[in-house]
Amino acid sequence: MGITFDDFYNSSPLIALVTFGLLTLILEGMGKDKPVSSYWMSLLGVAVSLVLSFFHLGGGVPVFGGMLFQGGFAGYCNLIFLSSALLTIVLSRGYLERMEYHRGEFYILIIFATAGMMLMAGALNLITIFLGIELMSVPLYVLAGFMRKKERANEAALKYFLLGAFATGFLLYGIALIYGASGTTDLLQIKAAIPQVSHNPLFLIGCGMLIVAFSFKVAAVPFHMWAPDVYEGAPTTVTGFMSTAAKAAAFATFLLVFVRMFEIAGTSLSQVIAVIAAASMIIGNVTAVAQSSVKRMLAYSSVAHAGYMLSGIAAANSEGETGILFYLLVYSFMNIGAFGIVSWIEQQDDKKLSFDDYAGLGERRPAVAALMSVFMFSLAGIPPFAGFFGKYYVFLAAVKADFTWLAIIGVMTSLISVYYYLRLVVLMYFRDGEADIDKPVPLAAMVAVVVAAVLVLALGIYPSLVVEITRGFFRI
Amino acid sequence: MVSQHLLTITIFFPLAGVLALFFVNSEKSQLIKLVGFLTTVATFAFSLFLYFRFDAAAPGFQFREYAVWIAGLNISYFVGIDGISLLLIVLTTFLTPLALLGTWNSIHKRIREYTMMILLLEIGMVGVFASLDLFLFYIFWEAMLIPMYFIIGIWGGQDRVYAAVKFFLFTLFGSLLMLVAIIALGVYASTLPGGYFTTNLLQLYGVAPRMALTLQTWMFLAFTLSFAIKVPLFPFHTWLPDAHVQAPTAGSVLLAGVLLKMGTYGLIRFSLPLFPHAAFTFVPLLGILAVIGIIYGALVAMVQTDLKKLVAYSSVSHLGFVVLGIFSMTEEGIQGAVIQMINHGLSTGALFLIVGMLYDRAHTRMIADFGGVAKLMPVFATIFMIVSLSSIGLPGLNGFVGEFLILLGSFKSTFLGTYAYATFAASGVILAAVYLLWAYQRVIFGPVREGGLYGGHTLSDLNVKEVVSLSAILVFIVWIGVYPQTFLSKSGPVAKQLVQGLEFVRSGGQIRTAELPANNLPYGH
Repeated sequence: MGITFDDFYNSSPLIALVTFGLLTLILEGMGKDKPVSSYWMSLLGVAVSLVLSFFHLGGGVPVFGGMLFQGGFAGYCNLIFLSSALLTIVLSRGYLERMEYHRGEFYILIIFATAGMMLMAGALNLITIFLGIELMSVPLYVLAGFMRKKERANEAALKYFLLGAFATGFLLYGIALIYGASGTTDLLQIKAAIPQVSHNPLFLIGCGMLIVAFSFKVAAVPFHMWAPDVYEGAPTTVTGFMSTAAKAAAFATFLLVFVRMFEIAGTSLSQVIAVIAAASMIIGNVTAVAQSSVKRMLAYSSVAHAGYMLSGIAAANSEGETGILFYLLVYSFMNIGAFGIVSWIEQQDDKKLSFDDYAGLGERRPAVAALMSVFMFSLAGIPPFAGFFGKYYVFLAAVKADFTWLAIIGVMTSLISVYYYLRLVVLMYFRDGEADIDKPVPLAAMVAVVVAAVLVLALGIYPSLVVEITRGFFRI
Repeated sequence: MVSQHLLTITIFFPLAGVLALFFVNSEKSQLIKLVGFLTTVATFAFSLFLYFRFDAAAPGFQFREYAVWIAGLNISYFVGIDGISLLLIVLTTFLTPLALLGTWNSIHKRIREYTMMILLLEIGMVGVFASLDLFLFYIFWEAMLIPMYFIIGIWGGQDRVYAAVKFFLFTLFGSLLMLVAIIALGVYASTLPGGYFTTNLLQLYGVAPRMALTLQTWMFLAFTLSFAIKVPLFPFHTWLPDAHVQAPTAGSVLLAGVLLKMGTYGLIRFSLPLFPHAAFTFVPLLGILAVIGIIYGALVAMVQTDLKKLVAYSSVSHLGFVVLGIFSMTEEGIQGAVIQMINHGLSTGALFLIVGMLYDRAHTRMIADFGGVAKLMPVFATIFMIVSLSSIGLPGLNGFVGEFLILLGSFKSTFLGTYAYATFAASGVILAAVYLLWAYQRVIFGPVREGGLYGGHTLSDLNVKEVVSLSAILVFIVWIGVYPQTFLSKSGPVAKQLVQGLEFVRSGGQIRTAELPANNLPYGH
């Protein structure tokens, strides 16, 4: 199988992004006004790749000898990663300037992490998944510790790196065992061999290892221990990026491997994932209640959201797939939006991160408080915001797959989550306080958050905008 | 265009007011109030069109509008009304402008946001009564929590934060289980021969009653718990006194006048026709809880020192009557329940306005702080008297009609099976007379306070806006009392059909076939 022109054409979003990443890297080495030129270059690169992805939404074609597929499912996931990256880049500039860490390599790292995610979502081979995960993770390790003079940032980077390396070990071992059982790393070939290998203990242990590795990346209980510390120590906008795009990439792989290829519906593996999902929902939500830092609260809430989405994977039916794909998109918008606002309130040296620092925001900054409320209500799953529909869809999938108990745990833990999300709304509107934004927010950042909020509302009222696209994807 | 989408326009017209308010300077409080008031008046006008064009003799839901919303899940924007929803929608659009008018000067901060929240609330309330798709219904049902939460939390009294959060979490708890049941119902429909996932209520009416009893029981419980919390039925009522007492007057009026009705409406619209077999088995339990609520609410109301709390607990008692009427499953009982829902909306809405007007003047609601108000506020005292008598159920006023029909229904009911329910419930009427007249006496009669000061303030009689808003309610209090047929005739055919359907199912009849029927079937069977 030779490489054809079509391969390049079909993977143009990925190629364009990497090209821009490399160009930015070179410019960064030469230019004078470095961070700003990197900012614009990376913004342009992501935008170009985003536009290209739109044109490649149809179908799903294997490229490069069946190592990758592009378009369709991968194209849709690219939209999630790239729009997350776009929002993150726009929000980061002002934030990093205020924190006095504005450096050009930041944007380059974001670009390469995004490229890794795109590889993961389009993988047709276990090796490609491994490559993608590493390409995504290594820049994220660096980004987590980007504020290198802060102790917390160092802790975050080190913790993330060590535990991440450990998870990679699991992943590789799992890949080796699956290779041992099936004799191939090609996902389509494994899929064809599933009837023969599905009861092979080697294969099952291998799958277990993959579940561990992926659960680590999506921050599901009990592999979530790193998340709160890393999310807290990383720059706020990076936390937004990690908790959405990186999670989305891991979920895309999870879906691809377990639901599409290994077809776990109704097997014991789906039971295992259901238990992980339930544990994530319960522990994530309950622990979030006890937090006093908004950033940490959002970290635990991100564990909980991983649990909701895992319900869709456990269900392993088409509703689950569509539900997760919808959920990932809206979760990106609402979480990046929320972290964006957190980054506006935050001040140097981790100040103004606690709940109490939001008291009275509704009085002084009504627009910002209103936007934050939109994100909080959406995260809590209150209609008419999009977060509700995401939950509705995955719970629907769970009920359909006879996991009604999972849906009940899901709604009951949502009730707990309402408590802590509303706590922020209570403080912003119902209490008096001094909360304010000390330095003006750049217009671009404001626009980014407003766009996210508008999308959260629009997708909540008319989810068909996305649902209809994603329903056609489950072919390849 | 307008006539085809009349219902949708009625539901969403307040949104026009919200959008308009975005462009009004937040300092111009009079203009803001005017925009809000006129929007709600216009919405009321639209609902009057619905009222007069409604054909009570025609079967099924009218003013239907159907549009595919989320095709993959067969979720549609499907609205339509029958006699019961018509009355409740008109009640809602009637009370909202009066609530704004009657509290014209009682809100002092962030008036623009306040008006927006009331308008958004109105959308949710009307939407709930008009939805014929369970998903759509759920969206309205939940989305309405947000404005109410803010209304209590921002413009409420001392403990408003506690009350707002409690209100939100309590009601959400019930609805979330209902959400699972809604999903499970749709999934059940998809397991039938030739079935598919659907939340279309009219389709589900055909298939849900055939579910196995255990499944039906779980779903009935999930739906009914949600409604019971909203009603609130004893013992799920604890959020109500807090929310009512802390909410600003207009919030209390709409909370009591409309929001509580959503619970009883849900019982009539969903719990009974979707899960009749399960409903039969739970008649004794719900009947007993309703009777306990009637007596308990009245007894607790009697010992209140805060006038607003007294009215709040009286709601628990009155809504107990409504639930009893519904679960008597007789035509009279259900008719009585519907008319009592309207009555309670009018009387208790008026009572909350009255308490609010008193509070605006004296800045206290403690019964002990008053006395001799009749001499200072004669008009107020007269209106308060009529409203109290209506709430007590004096013949000739509206409350009597509803309570009489409900008691009649529960005496006759073969589902309840014993006179005990009606007998105990009847004592609630007497208790209502005790707590309301006693409170009235302490507040209105007796010697005037020293220097005419109440809570350090002098009392002035009602102004024109207040008189207008209360008189508008009085008109209907008397109308329903004297000639209830105007309104009963709207809901009559629906109640009749519902009861016939229930009797039919009980006698072993099967509603329709196990296959999923096509769209837009007439109501019932």
